[in-house]
Amino acid sequence: MNRVCNPISADLEYGTQQKRFRLRNLKEHIAEGLLLLCAFLAVLSLLIIATYIFYSGVPIFGKVGFKEIVFGMTWKPLEDMFGIFPMIAASLLATIGAVAFGATVGLMTAVFLAELAPLWLSKVIRPAIELLAGIPSVVYGFFGLIVIVPLIDKYFGGGGNSLLAAIIILGVMILPTIVSISETSLRSVPIEYKEGSLALGASQLQTIFKVSIPAARSGIAAGIILGMGRAIGETMAVILVIGNTPQLPGSLLDRARTLTSNIAIEMSYAQGLHQEALFATGVVLFVFIMILNIVLTTIFRKAGEEK
Amino acid sequence: MNNTHIKIATKDLNLFYGDNHAVKNINIRIEEKNVTALIGPSGCGKSTFLKTLNRMNDLIPYVRITGDVYFEDLDVYKDYDIVELRKRIGMVFQKPNPFPMSIYDNVAYGPRIHGIKAKETLDEIVKNSLEKAALWEEVKDRLKQNALGLSGGQQQRLCIARVLAVEPEVILMDEPTSALDPLATLKIEDLVHELRNNYTIIIVTHNMQQAARISDQTAFFLHGEIVEYGATEKIFRVPEDKRTEDYITGRFG
Ligand SMILES: Nc1ncnc2c1ncn2[C@@H]1O[C@H](COP(=O)(O)OP(=O)(O)O)[C@@H](O)[C@H]1O
Ligand SMILES: [Mg+2]
Repeated sequence: MNRVCNPISADLEYGTQQKRFRLRNLKEHIAEGLLLLCAFLAVLSLLIIATYIFYSGVPIFGKVGFKEIVFGMTWKPLEDMFGIFPMIAASLLATIGAVAFGATVGLMTAVFLAELAPLWLSKVIRPAIELLAGIPSVVYGFFGLIVIVPLIDKYFGGGGNSLLAAIIILGVMILPTIVSISETSLRSVPIEYKEGSLALGASQLQTIFKVSIPAARSGIAAGIILGMGRAIGETMAVILVIGNTPQLPGSLLDRARTLTSNIAIEMSYAQGLHQEALFATGVVLFVFIMILNIVLTTIFRKAGEEK
Repeated sequence: MNNTHIKIATKDLNLFYGDNHAVKNINIRIEEKNVTALIGPSGCGKSTFLKTLNRMNDLIPYVRITGDVYFEDLDVYKDYDIVELRKRIGMVFQKPNPFPMSIYDNVAYGPRIHGIKAKETLDEIVKNSLEKAALWEEVKDRLKQNALGLSGGQQQRLCIARVLAVEPEVILMDEPTSALDPLATLKIEDLVHELRNNYTIIIVTHNMQQAARISDQTAFFLHGEIVEYGATEKIFRVPEDKRTEDYITGRFG
């Protein structure tokens, strides 16, 4: 600063400025500290939850035996039998079924919205799908109980409370995730790819299925895995429609019980070893979801590298 | 010029983007197995005109076209199935646009779309096409690798190979070298020179030297019209129209 000015007032100015700086620094430090604290809160919660679940759920593996729990076929807590294999199977089957259903319908919906739908129609469909994401899961369950379950009973018999009912409800629940992520990634496929394909004489559908979808595959996969995460963790809607019998389902029409519903149904009254067994169920669920998340982030990273 | 076969002709062709009259009253006769260059300042309708020939403008809803385009004496907009038309009139774009898949799959894409499934046939087509596009030697050991890993010049030759694989009669090229370095440009020019023996090539370029080097006929576009069309030598040596002369000597554009 080449300002010519009164040295005394300059000195004063310098002093107040210093003070202001210090004050500002202090404010910034506090703000930064608060932000850090918030960020840390998330990590802390994760740590506490993980520690607590493992602390409460792991010991029983030593007492009853890992194999007896994870591969045990019988869940009779009053007789100290804590086999959760039927529930692992039910969780997996419900998730796989929901994803098979939700991903197919979701991808086709995304294709329609991104490539084919006239503007006015996509303006109707897209908000409808977004609304679907905002419906509380208990409402889904209720809807399933009142509509889907009776329909299944009517056409296939067996009461209607079944793995199939859970698959249908979960499939619809994960639609919004799959549709919106797939649509976004389809829309980001460069127009040049499509032009190149059309100019070779490919039809619009050929272009979509042979160029656009493969080009958007990592985004689509991410959407599907996110949907999978939602399906495996969903509890309330499932409890209402799946029948909750803790036995290995032999068909889609059988009643079953998932890991999440097992915990939710029995936790309120369980004690002692029984309670520990429910925490062990949580541990298994936790591990499943961790694996899913690792797969998810790997795919996201791969998708990032491709670009 | 009377004995030569006319491959593509237009009659009073006009194109409107909404209110924008982008192509005006084009009457042109393009000879078979010749290279026809379209030159002119940017925004004068060269790309738009080129796209009327293989109906790529059909993708844009607000486009209106009047007049006729004839390909082998049949009306492009009335007598052809669009798949058939685009199979016979291939297109290479300004920006190399290989699909994000392997080199092999890129070239095999067209034939597969058109129903060829046998592995040996596809292998044969891929090899032939890459050879014709002067790319085979460079990629024969990495056909399974992603095409996006190739250099820009290689990608553009791959796009040419991809077009050749469906055995077109006409190849439309829209400034195929504008995104490439001089060496890669030269390779494409050599390739065009080679291909003119078997294909009818229409190439848009704003590089005058390029037009002079590789074309037999040149059409000069200005504001959507063709100002002058004739043998390249004549256009560049003794242009009839003052505006053509100005453009060629670099006085505008
Ligand atoms: N997709 C489009 N929609 C609307 N106007 C367009 C479109 N493409 C080109 N145009 C207009 O048409 C005119 C000719 O453009 P173009 O054919 O791309 O010229 P050139 O290839 O000679 O540079 C320009 O005025 C341009 O703005
Ligand atoms: Mg152009």
